[in-house]
Amino acid sequence: MDFEKKSKEIRKTILQMIHDAKSGHTGGSLSCVEILIALYYDVMNIDPKNPEWDLRDRFIMSKGHSCPALYAVLADKGYFDKSELSKFRKIDGHLQGHPDFRKVKGVDMNTGSLGQGASIAFGMALASKYKHNKNKVYVLLGDGECQEGLVWEAAMAASHYKLDNLTFILDHNGLQIDGTNDEVMSLGDIMKKFEAFGFSTYKVDGHNTNDIISALKEEVSYKPKFVCCETVKGKGVDFMENNYKWHGKAPNDEELEKALKCIGD
Amino acid sequence: MGKAIREAYGEAICEIAKENEKIVVFDADLASATQTIKFKNEYGDRFFDLGIAEANLMGTAAAFAREGLIPFASTFAVFGAGRAFEIIRNSIAYTNLNVKIALTHAGLSVGEDGGSHQSVEDIAIMRVLPNMTVVVPCDAIETKKAVRAVAEFVGPTYLRLARPVVEDMTKDTTEFKIGKGIVLREGKDVCLIACGLMVKEAIMAREELKKEGIDAYVINMHTIKPIDVDLINEMNKKCKLIVTCEEHSIIGGLGSAVAEVMVNEPHAKLKMVGVKDKFGHSGLPNQLFEEYGLTYKHIVDLVRRSI
Repeated sequence: MDFEKKSKEIRKTILQMIHDAKSGHTGGSLSCVEILIALYYDVMNIDPKNPEWDLRDRFIMSKGHSCPALYAVLADKGYFDKSELSKFRKIDGHLQGHPDFRKVKGVDMNTGSLGQGASIAFGMALASKYKHNKNKVYVLLGDGECQEGLVWEAAMAASHYKLDNLTFILDHNGLQIDGTNDEVMSLGDIMKKFEAFGFSTYKVDGHNTNDIISALKEEVSYKPKFVCCETVKGKGVDFMENNYKWHGKAPNDEELEKALKCIGD
Repeated sequence: MGKAIREAYGEAICEIAKENEKIVVFDADLASATQTIKFKNEYGDRFFDLGIAEANLMGTAAAFAREGLIPFASTFAVFGAGRAFEIIRNSIAYTNLNVKIALTHAGLSVGEDGGSHQSVEDIAIMRVLPNMTVVVPCDAIETKKAVRAVAEFVGPTYLRLARPVVEDMTKDTTEFKIGKGIVLREGKDVCLIACGLMVKEAIMAREELKKEGIDAYVINMHTIKPIDVDLINEMNKKCKLIVTCEEHSIIGGLGSAVAEVMVNEPHAKLKMVGVKDKFGHSGLPNQLFEEYGLTYKHIVDLVRRSI
């Protein structure tokens, strides 16, 4: 697959969705596109025709506000009709402002309250072991999200239960609503922190799909995995890149046109 | 003649697990206090300790429910309902997942541990959540039936369990149905609607009132949500006065649930016995019940003054 072409398509869908909704989280949706492509087009064992298949790999979008990226990918994979995308966040649509598995096929769990997804992913990985299923569980965390205590409750439990079927992925774009991580609440050495919590840790360029795939496919035994993806918030649109003001802002008509041009074909 | 409600809980989950292989149990380092230790000893591979981490306890239970299992998650009421509230809200109630939140050490009857550990707000904060069912059994016999009923029922459920040994107020033959209050004693003039440990106080109050020629119904309202609207309406038609009795704040608990029904009825007269917007403190349960106005004498006095 031409990952670059796919990432351009997904980015344009994200921008169009948020523009149409007149609200939504642009920056963090654009920063995690390659991560989702790596998972949904290569790494994960899934069947869009059978979204509740018990042996499927699970994906939890713990940074739930970046769901435009998830919805764009799920629609492209055929979990639901692409016509739904224009109704994102709207009263007559299924696509909620944050993921809801009761309303959207392909969503494995509701998220939106930060930290929640880490705990759910831990629980699902533990449940898979309990059921003697071989599937894997992936969770995507935001960097600001790692300020939540629940992330660390789940991390401690994941290594206690030796969950080698669980991968925490970090979308490390360095920005959150109020500014940079370092201005708001520094994460310190996040690699060392996860290592100290018993994870096997990897760092990759979060916009290089092949590198992400390689890290996600590394086999680990008796410990959970942490993949830190170095990313750029607003990636692909020059005037949005590294600008925290685009965390929760929708592009207007003019900005959308400029942004789509910027991404190109 | 009576045993601790939490002990009955521990026994009940073991009995049900024998028949239902989907039952799994989670605790947060309080297994010997919540009595899930019995389950841990009998079904070690179906028991998971999450350590002292109540938010992750509830998130993990939600995940197991999403994976098709029937998780019971236990810790003390003050931590489970309190600290983990928002996880319960977003991962269990909002998602409508089949988690059984069985919290022990609810109410003032925790006793000596004091106000930090005596939950007087848990019914209110669980009841306000859409999709959540709230059950408060009054003795060990009823607890066993309640655990079975909530395990069979599909949907998020809060089971509020008290710590002390209590006298049995119900019989093995008493029917237990979620959402259906039980008329424990027939009456005529007033109706005492109680839950949990206050059922015993209500029965004792009835005996006292009888001496003064006041004939009181006693209702065991073990399900706070969905509340038994028909029974409340029936009692309101039959009686001059309804008095609710709970080991919980009068703000948001059983009394409020009954008031929410009665507000639609003309000529309704309702009084509430409960904790009056205060935290508890250390002491013996009976001393605290005395101080906080939760004994049969307080019920009798309120009826006398109100009728």
